[in-house]
Amino acid sequence: MTATTLSRTAEKETTLHWSRVVGTGLIGGVVAIYVGLVGMIEALAGRVVITGLLTTGQVILLGVYLLMSYQAAQKLTGADAKAGPLSVVAGALAGLIISIMLALLVVIGQQINLRAMFINASPRLWELLTLGRGVPTGLVLLMALGAVLGALAGGLALLPSRLRRAVSLGLVAVPIVSILNTALFAGRGVSALGALLIFAFFTAISYGWSSVGGQARERVAALPSGQQRLLKMIGWSAVALGALALPLLGPYPSEIIDTVGIYVLMGLGLNIVVGFAGLLDLGYVAFFALGAYTIGILTSPEITWLPLHLTWWEALPIAILVGVISGTLLGIPVLQMRGDYLAIVTLGFGEIIRLIFLSDWLKPLVGGSNGITRIPRAVPPPQGFSDQQVLWYIVLAGIVVAAYIATRLKYSRIGRNWMAMREDEDVAQAMGIDLVKTKLLAFATGAALSAVGGAIFATKLTSIYPHSFNLLVSINVLAVIIVGGMGSIPGVLVGALALVGLPELLREFAEYRLLVYGAVLVFMMLKRPEGLLPEARRKLELHEGEEV
Amino acid sequence: MALLQVDDIHTYYGAIHALKGISIHVDKGEIVTLIGANGAGKSTTLNTICGVVHPRHGTITLEGEEIHRLPAHEIVMRGVAQAPEGRRVFGRLTVAENLEMGAFTRKDKEGIKRDLERVYALFPRLKERQKQLAGTLSGGEQQMLAIGRALMANPRLLLLDEPSMGLAPILVDLIFDTIKEINAQGTTVLLVEQNALMALSIAHRAYVLETGNIVLSGTGKELLNNPEVMKAYLGVE
Repeated sequence: MTATTLSRTAEKETTLHWSRVVGTGLIGGVVAIYVGLVGMIEALAGRVVITGLLTTGQVILLGVYLLMSYQAAQKLTGADAKAGPLSVVAGALAGLIISIMLALLVVIGQQINLRAMFINASPRLWELLTLGRGVPTGLVLLMALGAVLGALAGGLALLPSRLRRAVSLGLVAVPIVSILNTALFAGRGVSALGALLIFAFFTAISYGWSSVGGQARERVAALPSGQQRLLKMIGWSAVALGALALPLLGPYPSEIIDTVGIYVLMGLGLNIVVGFAGLLDLGYVAFFALGAYTIGILTSPEITWLPLHLTWWEALPIAILVGVISGTLLGIPVLQMRGDYLAIVTLGFGEIIRLIFLSDWLKPLVGGSNGITRIPRAVPPPQGFSDQQVLWYIVLAGIVVAAYIATRLKYSRIGRNWMAMREDEDVAQAMGIDLVKTKLLAFATGAALSAVGGAIFATKLTSIYPHSFNLLVSINVLAVIIVGGMGSIPGVLVGALALVGLPELLREFAEYRLLVYGAVLVFMMLKRPEGLLPEARRKLELHEGEEV
Repeated sequence: MALLQVDDIHTYYGAIHALKGISIHVDKGEIVTLIGANGAGKSTTLNTICGVVHPRHGTITLEGEEIHRLPAHEIVMRGVAQAPEGRRVFGRLTVAENLEMGAFTRKDKEGIKRDLERVYALFPRLKERQKQLAGTLSGGEQQMLAIGRALMANPRLLLLDEPSMGLAPILVDLIFDTIKEINAQGTTVLLVEQNALMALSIAHRAYVLETGNIVLSGTGKELLNNPEVMKAYLGVE
């Protein structure tokens, strides 16, 4: 009796925060207007996702609607309580607000010429936003559509969490599969039926896995260890076969996966320095550049002052050695530095290396801004295959070795040292850890992997220029490991696919890459700070006490 | 021979002369305490012994071996372990992992296991919370963990820096009882404290520090009854 009364009072106290819903809707509207005015909708309007129905530009707008309405629906009540059917209303309200704001933009844009400031505020944008139906009709349609989308997103909040996760995955899978289809197989998006099938497939798989996955795992765990090992081996063989078959997709996809692979390699290295050892290195590109230039100097026939003209394979160990030595050399002066100070010094170091290669002083030796060209290929491709397809195997070998090294180190005594040092340097020292050795080892290992990345990069392009080694490379690699999940090795792979692979596939995206990076990073830090595929420890730390 | 012999050490932080010729000694099996006000040089003395900072003059010997020029990690290997001021547990590691880190320099698996049992016997609370992240422990539990972690090095000399800091009185009593027990099990303890009353009541001998100098020394009981100490540190007129 008492318990019922208590729970009833608790229910009554669940206040409905309509103001937060409106606020979230307004934020959504601002985001939508921003996306429109920077030109993303227009630029991506040419690329079809679902034939005759959706373009990539619309998908982005759709994403804003669904995400913000969903957020709004959740904001209706506090964190714990569920709003019930009202969340549909909240979602619809937020969706309507977004539409109203976009409609206002269209109305204002047609009265006043905004193009003086926003070159993308063009008639084409108004046409896209009014769905091609002209001002009064199109705008009404937009609002109706906004409310419906919002209501759907609000309805999503009502679903049990497993189903919700499955549906979200299905929704995300449609544009990704479609983009892959367009980019890799020169298709034109997918048909409406195809999209429906993709959605159904991924939703079903995800839902199915979430209901039987746990049992399946238990059943595997119950198997005798010999059979478990067999299953594991089958799984890994499948992964290996898949990786080995990747170049069969063709020369252009191979080039993309090569680039992704180089980032994975560097991500694995930086993950050791930042993720394991906690040393925030913003000059990671320096070792990438040193690796690439070592290869250039030792192999290119252009270099006359050092006529070694080695093959790529002969030069590779030297490039790695250069990485190790330069990593150690950078490490020595920064031994006493921590946190932000370390970040600034390494940032400077990265720029110094680039500027040295760019300088007139070294121009006779490394070509200045003309760089070094005519770097030989590592392996001549067999008949009918391109260089990029063959290069993948070198990249893959590099990733496998790097992942192996990283995993072994992580669970070794050295990994333990790094972890303790990351947590508290002073105490780590008081526990008997040699900080000098531990730090230098992290810097050197990370630098070596970055140098391998640089070496592969050099032979991939057969030419290197100082401007390829700017600060942005360091930031990209850092973003890859943050989005993937700091300290997590599979996370690096996922992060590189998401941040390097997807933009490569969406060529029109190139100018918005940094914009999207920023948005993705802010969103990740707010909603999923542990990354996409986090290390178990980070998950525990950030979500201790929550249901997993 | 004394276990630890500190002889006329002068330690500087840049131009600041923090220790102006400290000489103390700790014999095997003792609890020795350093008391003094803020800034007297208590923690600096401990940090100098640990090798976190190095003295400009003077010598420190551990059973006859000079250790004052060694880096911190080598001093740990010689059997000097510290529970640092402010506890400083590894917040993102579990309790069990923190304890493992304490045994970092050791290779004898059997001994490590025995010492883990010893720590859990001393602090049953830690055993209950083995798998919990250390950062989520209460202040008192973190102090237990910091002491336990230092004990995992199986030290010849245990250095404790302000173990009572920021703890409720009931927990202070518990911690000091445990320090006595650790000592009774055979570990020599050098204790730095602001809580002079508690420290003096469990210490065999004590030194009073003031602005980088030793101004008084004696047995715990003597200092407890010393009128100057009573006035300055115990608040008794």
